Parts: sequence; C-alpha cells; structure tokens
Amino acid sequence: MIIETSGLRRTFRVREGLTRRTVVAVDDLSLRVEGGEAVGYIGANGAGKSTTIKMLTGILVPTAGTVRTCGLDPVPDRRRLARQVGVVFGQRSQLWWDLPTGESFDLLAAIHHLSPADAAARRAELVERLELGEFLGTPVRQLSLGQRMRAEVAAALLHRPRLVILDEPTIGLDVLSKQRLREFLVGERRDHGTTLLLTTHDMGDVERLCDRVVLVDRGRTVHDGDLAALSRTVGAQRVLTVDLAEPAPSLDLPDGATHLGEEGHGLRHRIGFDAERVTAAALLAAVSATAEVLDLSIEEPDVEDVVRRVYASRR
Amino acid sequence: MAEPTGEPTTTDLGLRERLAPYRAVLASRVRSQRSYRTSFAMDLGSSLLIGLVELAEVAVLFTAVDAIGGLDLAAMLLVFGLADLAFSLADMCFGHCDDLPTHIRAGTLEVFYLRPQPLLAQLVTSDVQLRRLARAAVALVALGAGLVVNDVALTPTTVALLVVALVSGVAITAALFVTAAGLQFFLVNGAEMTNAFVYGGRYASTQPASVWGRPLLVVFGLVFPVAFAGYLPVVTLLDVPGPAGVPVWAGWLAPVAAVWAWLVAMLAWRTGVRHYTGAGG
Repeated sequence: MIIETSGLRRTFRVREGLTRRTVVAVDDLSLRVEGGEAVGYIGANGAGKSTTIKMLTGILVPTAGTVRTCGLDPVPDRRRLARQVGVVFGQRSQLWWDLPTGESFDLLAAIHHLSPADAAARRAELVERLELGEFLGTPVRQLSLGQRMRAEVAAALLHRPRLVILDEPTIGLDVLSKQRLREFLVGERRDHGTTLLLTTHDMGDVERLCDRVVLVDRGRTVHDGDLAALSRTVGAQRVLTVDLAEPAPSLDLPDGATHLGEEGHGLRHRIGFDAERVTAAALLAAVSATAEVLDLSIEEPDVEDVVRRVYASRR
Repeated sequence: MAEPTGEPTTTDLGLRERLAPYRAVLASRVRSQRSYRTSFAMDLGSSLLIGLVELAEVAVLFTAVDAIGGLDLAAMLLVFGLADLAFSLADMCFGHCDDLPTHIRAGTLEVFYLRPQPLLAQLVTSDVQLRRLARAAVALVALGAGLVVNDVALTPTTVALLVVALVSGVAITAALFVTAAGLQFFLVNGAEMTNAFVYGGRYASTQPASVWGRPLLVVFGLVFPVAFAGYLPVVTLLDVPGPAGVPVWAGWLAPVAAVWAWLVAMLAWRTGVRHYTGAGG
C-alpha cells in the first residue's frame, strides 16, 4: 500500500475581523492507493486537494485521522519519506533559477545521495525521454514554460521515487507539451511501476493518465472509481460531431439526443447524447437517414462538466 | 560554530556524505556569484561602503565626546571591529534566513520539505552572501587598528579571548538571524519587525552596554546577548570598568551566551515550524 488514509481531517482557523472561524479543508478522507496505480484526484478550487497533498508529504499535520505514505508517518518521518516521494508543483519551482538546468540535476543528485553512476544513468534516461538535451546548459530562468515543466518533472523523478505526486502539472502548457509530458508519465509508470497521484483541472490528463478518479467536494470524497463510471453516474453527455455532404438545416434526432449547434451553414452539426438511452450507432443511423455523413467524431464527456454536474446535484 | 544539522536520518552515511548536499549547494552558490562578475563587484563595493559608513559613524560620535560609557575612541574601535566582524560573518552565512517570508509566500519552503535534510540546515545553506566579506574586511581592519592603538599585547590569553569572543559573537548573531526566522513563521509580513530586531541587535552590539537603559540591557544583555559579541570581551581585554555589577571577566562568558542564544533560536525555530505544519504551539 503506497497511500493509506483513514478518517483524515484538516481544519484551519481563519481570522475574520476580530473573530476566528474554523474552515474544514479535508473531512473524513479515507483513501487507499496500491503500488503502481494512477489516481486522478480532482475537485474544484478549495476542495481540499492541496491540503491532502501536504498531509501526504509531511508538510501539514492532520487535525484528525491517520495517514501513511509509503508505509511511513509523513510528519515525523518526513526526511525518510522524501527519498521515496517526488512532487511536481505546477506553480512553483524546485530548480535553481539562476543555474544551468543540468546543474540543478547535479545538486538534486547530491541532495538525494545518489551514487555518481546511478545519478548519471537516471539523468541520461530522463534527458532522453523528456527531451531535455537541448537546454541542459540554459539557465532555468530562460526556459520556456514547457521546457521548465519537463525539467521540473525530471527533477522530481531523479531519485526514482515510488510515489510521484503531480499538482497541476500541465497548467499553462500548449497541446504538444502536454502530450509529451503525458506520454512520458505513462512510460515511467509502465517501466518502473511508479505510483501516480495527480491533481488537475485538465481532464485530458485524467483521461489519458489515470485509471481511477477520486472526486472531492468540500473536503469529502464524492466518487472513487473509474472515469466512465463517474460519467455514467451523473449522466454526462457524449458529443457526436458530423460533417455532412450537403448543408442540412435540421436533423431528425432520436430520443436521448439533443442538437447542440451547427457550423458552416448546416455542414457540421454537434449532437449531445446520453449513452444509456441511445447508442452512438443508432444515433448515426438516424442522422444518415436524413443526410449523407462524410466524417464524424465522438467526444467523451468533458470531465469539468462532470464535476460541475456532481457539485450541482449535491447542492 | 553550531551547525544545525539535527538528527541524522541515515546512520549508514558518514559525516562527509551527510554534508555533501550542503557542500554541493554552497559551491554552486559561490560559482553563480562569481559568474556574474560585474554584479558581484558592485555588491562588494556597496557592502564595503556600508562598512565604512558605519565605522565613520563611530568616529563622528567621538568628535563631540571623549568617551561613551567609559570607553574612548580607541576602545570603541575594538568593540566595533569585534562586533561587526562577527556580524558580517554571521550575515554572510545566515543573513538570508530573513528571506523566509518570501519562501513561505512563494511556496518554496514546501520544496525544502520534500528534500531529505533538516529544514533549517537547508535554509541556511541555500545561499552564502560573499559580498559581506567586504564589510568583514572593514571590521577586521578596525579590529587590527584597535589592537594597535590600545597597545594590546598579543599574549596567549588575549589571543584566546579574541578567538573565543569572535567565535561566540558569530554564533550569537547567527542565532539572532535564526530566532528572527522562527518568529517570521508567525509574522509572514513581519520582515520589518524582525529586521528592526536583527539590525537593532547589530547596532546594539557595537555600542557599550553601560550606556543602555535597563530594558535594553535586559533585551540585549540577557535575552539576545549581543553585549557578549563586542562590548563585554573588550571590557575584559582592556581591563576597564564595565556596567555596574558586572565583573570585568564577564567577557569570558561569551560561549555561555552563545549556547543560550542558540537555545532561544532553536526554540523559536521549532515553535515556528510547528506553527507552520499546524501541529500547534
């Protein structure tokens, strides 16, 4: 077991004028993550994600409940835990901004007491897989955001942690950079059995990296399972986009499907449908009955939307 | 000087290995400062200027009076030299501890938590401000001049007293920086307050304690014992009367003051860290 929490709770005292109020950031979180899993930990801002990460890594003491990370009690065993956990914060850097990127890796190798041979081998592996070679000699402050995030990931993974926690790792990245980073993480997990815990607002990250989603709302877990199950629970729509040979002002749609919009004077239509009520095949057949379909694509539910629906249904 | 490494995590590592991370970071800081030559030269110049201005301040005071607190200009040169040398060296190695609020606000303190070294040791070794060497040089010259004009014979006893006073003075002022850092966990916007405290302490250390009022005497003689970083050892060295009720040999107690200062510093630091992690006071 890599992560094991039970009844984990954290409150903060917040000053409001002269009085103080207790805010519950994490409430009764019980989470078990096995070695090698990839878990998306999602929720709105203020849902308690960062607080949970801080309790898992020994930065914050829980108000109540227990937490074990890599079999250790994070706060008293922080220094031992640090050897087994790598954390990537999308918003803050653990590199030395005024040093060449490669030199940051040398320092981190010393900090983690890696042997020279081990450090060199791991560094070579990361440089190749994250394509860092071209900017190893460039000071960190001159890197583009995409380059810096790849370097941050390499920095967090240099000591071969068993657990990698990524806090918004793709924030602000362009599509290509996101793709590269996701591919790397998939490969890292496959080859080294690394456990991943990911918080993100980018549902593409969850869809491509995680086989399990934990959704938190106001400090409590409201879903723990795979993404498809979450989408089914809240009845999120899939979206069929069709390109037609001839413009069609309107389409005959079966029950369970709704017209979302059109482009190009009726050449392209977007249709939302509930997979429980109508299959993609039946919907396509219905559309084909009125117009000739040249091309199509199906989008899975946008998980931002799923999260919003879960929240809406709870309030 | 006390190296706050805390308890070892890995007993299988020798001291050399355990210090390797700090050595690596410090060496890179030195390289980085050397690589920006112009900027380093300017920093060095401004640091030198500050040292000279502070020295001039002492001299200017003595154009109006012959003695302050029983010390003449020659003796004050010694107090200034000793205290400011200790302060400059401590500032070089510990001065960036007052960057703690920046680390807290920017979240970079959390990065320290993710590394397998004690937080304070990481904070202290995260930088070394070589430009402070210029100010240390001014103080060293003042100290040397003070020894000459006071006709201090360099016997084993006086040399021992100077070494004890300097090492203790560095430890006391370093402890002052660490204490201030510990307080800053509570006062994230309190840099001004702690600056006043650190630099007030520095200023106090270059003054004869006999002119202070009682509250100042309690604060800088007992709680944050900067009087032991300059004034009291000089009283002992020159064998002149010190503050009422304080024996002439009190300067030899500087190491005791240093140990006390570090106890206060570690208490402040640990309380601060516990506050930060939310473990309660």
